[in-house]
Amino acid sequence: MRQMPLQTIRLMTGVCLLAGISSIAQAAPPPEAASCAACHGAQGDGLPAANYPRLAGLPAHYIAEQLKYFADGTRQNAIMAGMAKPLTPAQITILADYYAGLPVAMPAPAASVAPILLSRGQQLAEFGDWKAGIPACFRCHAAGGVGVPPYFPPIAGQSAKYLADQITAWQTGTRKGDPQGLMHSVALRMTEADTQAVTAYLAAIKPAAAVLGDSQPLSTGGVK
Amino acid sequence: MSARINILFKRIISPLAYAVLLGASAPLLAADAAPAVTQPSALPAKAALNAALLTGSTFTPPDPSTIPHDEFGKAVQLGRNIMFETQKYAPQYVGNSLNCVNCHTDGGAMAGSAPLWGAWVSYPAYRAKNKKVNTYEDRLQGCFRFSMNGKAPPLGSDVLVALQAYSYWLAKGLPVDEKVAGRGYPNIPEPAQAPDFVRGKAVYEANCAICHAANGAGRVVNNEVVFPPLWGAQSFNWGAGMSSISNAAKFIFANMPYGQSYSLTPQQAWDVAYYMDGQDRPQDPRYEGSVAATRAKYHDNKNSLYGTTVNGVLLGDTGEPIPFKGNKS
Repeated sequence: MRQMPLQTIRLMTGVCLLAGISSIAQAAPPPEAASCAACHGAQGDGLPAANYPRLAGLPAHYIAEQLKYFADGTRQNAIMAGMAKPLTPAQITILADYYAGLPVAMPAPAASVAPILLSRGQQLAEFGDWKAGIPACFRCHAAGGVGVPPYFPPIAGQSAKYLADQITAWQTGTRKGDPQGLMHSVALRMTEADTQAVTAYLAAIKPAAAVLGDSQPLSTGGVK
Repeated sequence: MSARINILFKRIISPLAYAVLLGASAPLLAADAAPAVTQPSALPAKAALNAALLTGSTFTPPDPSTIPHDEFGKAVQLGRNIMFETQKYAPQYVGNSLNCVNCHTDGGAMAGSAPLWGAWVSYPAYRAKNKKVNTYEDRLQGCFRFSMNGKAPPLGSDVLVALQAYSYWLAKGLPVDEKVAGRGYPNIPEPAQAPDFVRGKAVYEANCAICHAANGAGRVVNNEVVFPPLWGAQSFNWGAGMSSISNAAKFIFANMPYGQSYSLTPQQAWDVAYYMDGQDRPQDPRYEGSVAATRAKYHDNKNSLYGTTVNGVLLGDTGEPIPFKGNKS
């Protein structure tokens, strides 16, 4: 886990973002996206103040799964159930691919948060709290919370309220469908203070693209 | 029940309940003759908080925030950094893409996950592995040579000094005693059925592949390994302790899936350990010129699949070890 000041993270991810934006050719939005844009923004940036999460750059597989979960009640959300139920599998694929392909844009600056809260949040994100059975967020969502496609979504730069609501939803069971109940296990062990600290920290990280690499480079020692 | 009380319940009562449950059902699990079939969705409520639960450990290592701000503290902090980010802090001795923390949960602080404090109070010790009394430094060198498929840091090198300083600091207050609870990985009941590749594959696909990938290669994001490779060129070599099925079964039972300790049955842990250790990986650096000779000298036991044919592959038949080059920093 990285131990770097927030400023460094901001600077680095900012550079990555600029590089990403210039190299991604943006497709025209499909008609299906019209009703999404009202809340999630024309660029899929979300609306943190109103608790609407960013969709841009989320893994397509993840978006598609969540739409199915909204439709069948695995993930309970009155607004999204109404949106997701009429969608055909083909439309879900179109939407998932579209938002996955949008560049990750800069979020609105986070509200000022007490340093002690951020510090505890950073601790949880980078190292977890194993005495309480809480693994580090970044152990599965990658350094900087950029996510690991296709199963682990980015968590950096989503609004604190949205992230906290998800922790609560896993605790109470109104959100399910996380692979192997991994988030359910973790959420059950988090106190309200843990949730506030870690979501404040994650919300303050500028999001960046997650580029999957070659897992088996043969350049150094190993099996022929 | 309010959310807060609910959390308290889950944190404190539920693990205790699980311990009782597990104690009561352990003989049942061991005697269970039914094939181990995994469910796509595990039951997280059954999962223990962490690997410490079934070890009987009562030791709490100091909190990292108490690392002293002096020269000694710098060495301790470097040791801790090496544990979490071996690729960054000791790349010159590493030949694969693993980090120490992959097999030492919480950077060597967690009971039941080969904590460094447990090792620190257990050395010097005689090891059958090399048939001599090993110092703690010898033991650390073995980690780099085998588990990290790398090169032993020289005695007295910064890396070994830092890892010793961190280990000592973690173990402060613990009596010198190799039987300390929480050391290594906790014992696991013998499998009712001989560990099996096909059953292990099913366990793997249902519980492990989401992170470590179906081909065992793990996952890399933005040039950093997020989920470590379990076999293949970038994993531990055939000399590593984790290539022993019994070691792997113990580790997996207590530590995997991440955050869901003791959620697999012992039989599932044995089967998936067999599946992982039934795949090929970098050559044993003690290679004796042939697979057969190497097996005879170092692997002639039921817990090593080296030199045997599994799933149509003669494991270890990859020729001489590839000369070590070291990872770029």
